[in-house]
Amino acid sequence: MATVVYALGDDISTDVIYPGRHMATVLPTETPQFAFADDAAFNGKLKAREIAPGSVVVAGKNFGCGSSREQAVSCLKGYDLVIVARGFARIFLQNAINLGLRVATCPTIEASVGDELEVGAAEVVNQMAKKRYAMVPLPASRQAIIDAGGLIPYTRQRLVAAK
Amino acid sequence: MGMTVVQKILARASGLKAVAVGDVVEPRVDLAMSHENAALVINQFLEVYAGTGLVPRVWDPERVAIIFDHRVPAESPKTATNQKKVREFVTAHQIKRFHDIRGDVGGICHQILPESGYVRPGAVVVGTDSHTTSHGALGALAFGIGATEMASVWALGAVLNVEVPPTIKVVARGAFRDYVSPKDLILKLIGDLTAEGANFRVLEFHGETVRRMSTSGRLTLCNMSVEAGATSGIVPADDETLRYLRDEAGVTNSVEPVTPDADAAYERTIELDVSDLEPQIACPHTVDNVQPLANVAGRKVHQIVIGSCTNGRLDDLAVAAHLLEGRKVAADTRMLVFPASAKIFRQAIELGLVATLMRAGAVVMNSGCGPCLGVHEGALGDGEVALSTTNRNFKGRMGNPKSEVYLCSPAVAAASAVTGVITDPRTSGGGN
Repeated sequence: MATVVYALGDDISTDVIYPGRHMATVLPTETPQFAFADDAAFNGKLKAREIAPGSVVVAGKNFGCGSSREQAVSCLKGYDLVIVARGFARIFLQNAINLGLRVATCPTIEASVGDELEVGAAEVVNQMAKKRYAMVPLPASRQAIIDAGGLIPYTRQRLVAAK
Repeated sequence: MGMTVVQKILARASGLKAVAVGDVVEPRVDLAMSHENAALVINQFLEVYAGTGLVPRVWDPERVAIIFDHRVPAESPKTATNQKKVREFVTAHQIKRFHDIRGDVGGICHQILPESGYVRPGAVVVGTDSHTTSHGALGALAFGIGATEMASVWALGAVLNVEVPPTIKVVARGAFRDYVSPKDLILKLIGDLTAEGANFRVLEFHGETVRRMSTSGRLTLCNMSVEAGATSGIVPADDETLRYLRDEAGVTNSVEPVTPDADAAYERTIELDVSDLEPQIACPHTVDNVQPLANVAGRKVHQIVIGSCTNGRLDDLAVAAHLLEGRKVAADTRMLVFPASAKIFRQAIELGLVATLMRAGAVVMNSGCGPCLGVHEGALGDGEVALSTTNRNFKGRMGNPKSEVYLCSPAVAAASAVTGVITDPRTSGGGN
């Protein structure tokens, strides 16, 4: 069970998730401090470690649209957040898979801050509303990267196998 | 069943005769581009090799391009140190296509790649920048990837697990009216499609309007295709592509255009007639919030921005200079101009465009991305409004979440600079 800590609408851009002015910071150990930097309240809770690891951010369609900046993924992974959205922009979704940020595409999800969600392999259950929402599974080709532990180990396996 | 351009390119690059939508392929990469975020790519690249006993080596230094553009010249010690680290890597790995902060070969990556002749029809181009879609203007399949994905490309020379995307065919007919441009066409299309309407899909551009369009205009179309979520925009190569490569990009060796089969299968076809198209404006805070200019005419603007990979080319600066000749930027409005490359900047100087813009009151800055994404110069004050020829207007995009950004064509930006409010260039009285 995980608590929804942030509920967002459609088209949340990477400029909102990780503002461009912090792009010179690239290390995954340093990017979390700027997660949702323009929302001082939520950013403050994250930095104060008031948000439990495994907590859920819910969002509408096209989450992560815009820039390819990987900081928008590493900053969320730093807090071990789970993103349940009605849809993800392509590059953000691929970056999440590559870095191991947990994401679930759930086209009809409805949830509010404080709701308790169960994020399974095929569906998300909102315990508060007693409703179940089907997830769109990842294609097998994408799942293989997750199963390898991310794109770095996946590429490493390929590299070693080729030698 | 025939193939779209993207299917043909992916089939060739994957060593296959044919591919179908949804197939998973591993295309070989012809060009792998990064900017300052090469600093992160380097970290991830070295991590790939950790514990393998193998010496980290870029698969093909001839196919890697690195262009500094996001924060040039460096705005902070952190950026300067990252740039230094990238320079050292470039030297150690003998990467030839490196464009440092320079007045001869510098500029914005999405202008440097085409004008340097690095992009060819039929090529697979990946870049650690979402606007890599731009290079579809030359008939290449070009798409944005993250830094870790690029580290994998540097190691293996291929993109792993690419699903062949469906293609939406866009057919544009008619001639633009005066001061209406490809920027207005792509804004209209994004408004119609919505910001996720082409997510995981490719936009393939056709029709007499596109055939007659310069490569500069095609770069604008493909550049902003990503704002509808598209993996890539692509204009099948034609005579104009060959002219551009020969005359403007110095390409002398053979070029093989890739065209779609007559019976290629498209997910859908969108037809547009531009002959009655009005100037378009993308309003805050999403790029698909597009309105005809008339709906927002008169809105006060504090900062005009002309430039970027979207609209910082010579024809963009020329229309702006034409409208500002002998006139002045409004007293309470600032105007920033940043050409897309040093080469374009020099051409604009030689043609007198820079002097015209400066006499009008514009500040002409060095080539770079800075103001577009709020990383370097041109920040907005609380409550201020920008009108910009760039590509994004997300909340906080220009460095301040308490500001607003409207997007438009260079002609609209220039006409509005004179009045200080959003103004239709066709009625502004300029350009005589």
